[in-house]
Amino acid sequence: MELLKQTLWMLWKDLLLELRRRESILAMFFFGTLLLFVFHFAFEIPTEKAAEMAPGLLWLAFLFTGTLGLTQLFQAERENHCLDALLLSPMDRASLYLAKVFFNLFLMLLVELIVFPLFWVLFNLAFWNLLPSLFLVAFLGTIGFCVLGTLFSAVTLKARARELLLPLILFPLMIPVILATVRGMEIILRTGKFTEALPWLRLLIGFDVIFFTVGFLIFEWVIEA
Amino acid sequence: MAGTMQKRGRARRVTGILALAFILVGLYFALIGAPPDAYQGEVQRIMYVHIPSILTAYLSFFIVFIGSCLFLWKREKRDDILARSAAEIGVLFTSLTIIEGSIWGKPTWGVWWTWDARLTLTAILLLIFVGYLMLRSLIEDENRGAVCSAVVGVIGFLDIPLIHMSVYWWRTLHQPPSILRPDKMPWENVHPSMLIALAVNFAAFILLYFYLLSLRFRVGEMEEEVKTLKLYGGAS
Repeated sequence: MELLKQTLWMLWKDLLLELRRRESILAMFFFGTLLLFVFHFAFEIPTEKAAEMAPGLLWLAFLFTGTLGLTQLFQAERENHCLDALLLSPMDRASLYLAKVFFNLFLMLLVELIVFPLFWVLFNLAFWNLLPSLFLVAFLGTIGFCVLGTLFSAVTLKARARELLLPLILFPLMIPVILATVRGMEIILRTGKFTEALPWLRLLIGFDVIFFTVGFLIFEWVIEA
Repeated sequence: MAGTMQKRGRARRVTGILALAFILVGLYFALIGAPPDAYQGEVQRIMYVHIPSILTAYLSFFIVFIGSCLFLWKREKRDDILARSAAEIGVLFTSLTIIEGSIWGKPTWGVWWTWDARLTLTAILLLIFVGYLMLRSLIEDENRGAVCSAVVGVIGFLDIPLIHMSVYWWRTLHQPPSILRPDKMPWENVHPSMLIALAVNFAAFILLYFYLLSLRFRVGEMEEEVKTLKLYGGAS
């Protein structure tokens, strides 16, 4: 219970900061939109192929915007020794992990909520009715991205060239999530049935559970080192 | 202290000489002793180095995992040196496997590379552990670098089953295992001299691996000693 309260306070701090500065969310949103345009210039996507390419392109956009968010995730703590002060305060280190996971998840979902329909509009896609189930797949994938991403954001916190290092370590480990989300979304778009994608969804849930647990347990050592 | 060092040095030299001997014998068996494959012909002889190198690479990543876990648990410098040494040699053997596989793939499949499950998995493993080594070199604080790369070592290993599952569902083309098959015993479907050649080469690779590992481990230890000496001005 205490952990939950501490997490909520930490999350509140991050949300308040973000509400006042609006740095991460605006950068992520416009970068995501920009990527959609870049994809169109790169591939000249015709409407009949757009559905086929949608899962890969969308998830690529989320992956890049998510990484953008992760590199900024501990920015506030880096300045003025805020991290040291946080570590000195009598709180559970795990609450910091939980708060950062939820915060990044919140930012990414917000961006996805806008970019998803935008993609549909920009590329004249039909099946609006499949959007909720596609969004669910993306949601599960985003959780996986955030639980590992937050941990590695802390791992690379004090490294040189950390913005370069983070995707280099994170992306190979994210392969199951990338494959599962893209295949899952592709199956739903092709068959129109949510149940067909269930094996991939199970893999995603497994990934989320395993690495949420590992991140939760290991974070303390990383942030203290 | 000096006595154990000497003993370890001698054990290392013996391992090295044994590895060399096994490699020579293994080469004989692989190139002359074993018959060419019934379908693939002479090119199949690459198998005698291909399989031992990938198994050695797997062993190496397992040692990284063990070393990382031990380090996170007990915080002893030597576990960290072990994990780092194993990661470096693991990257070496994984790269070797991919190169040998390419050379074998071109004449049999007609391509250097294909997006098959096992090939992809090996390449991803390589990327994960290259990331591990990069992280190591980019964190200046010694202790922090050790903890952070141990975390990557643990998570990278835990991720392997999931990557394995996802890429297998995605696609499979690599020939199924032809020696360890559920329906037949190994000596029933493979010529015995092929098995001998493989076994000798496998032993040679393992010996070579432990020789390299202990060499690299010793270098790591000496680096630590140099650091301590610099810190205390070599007064001892």
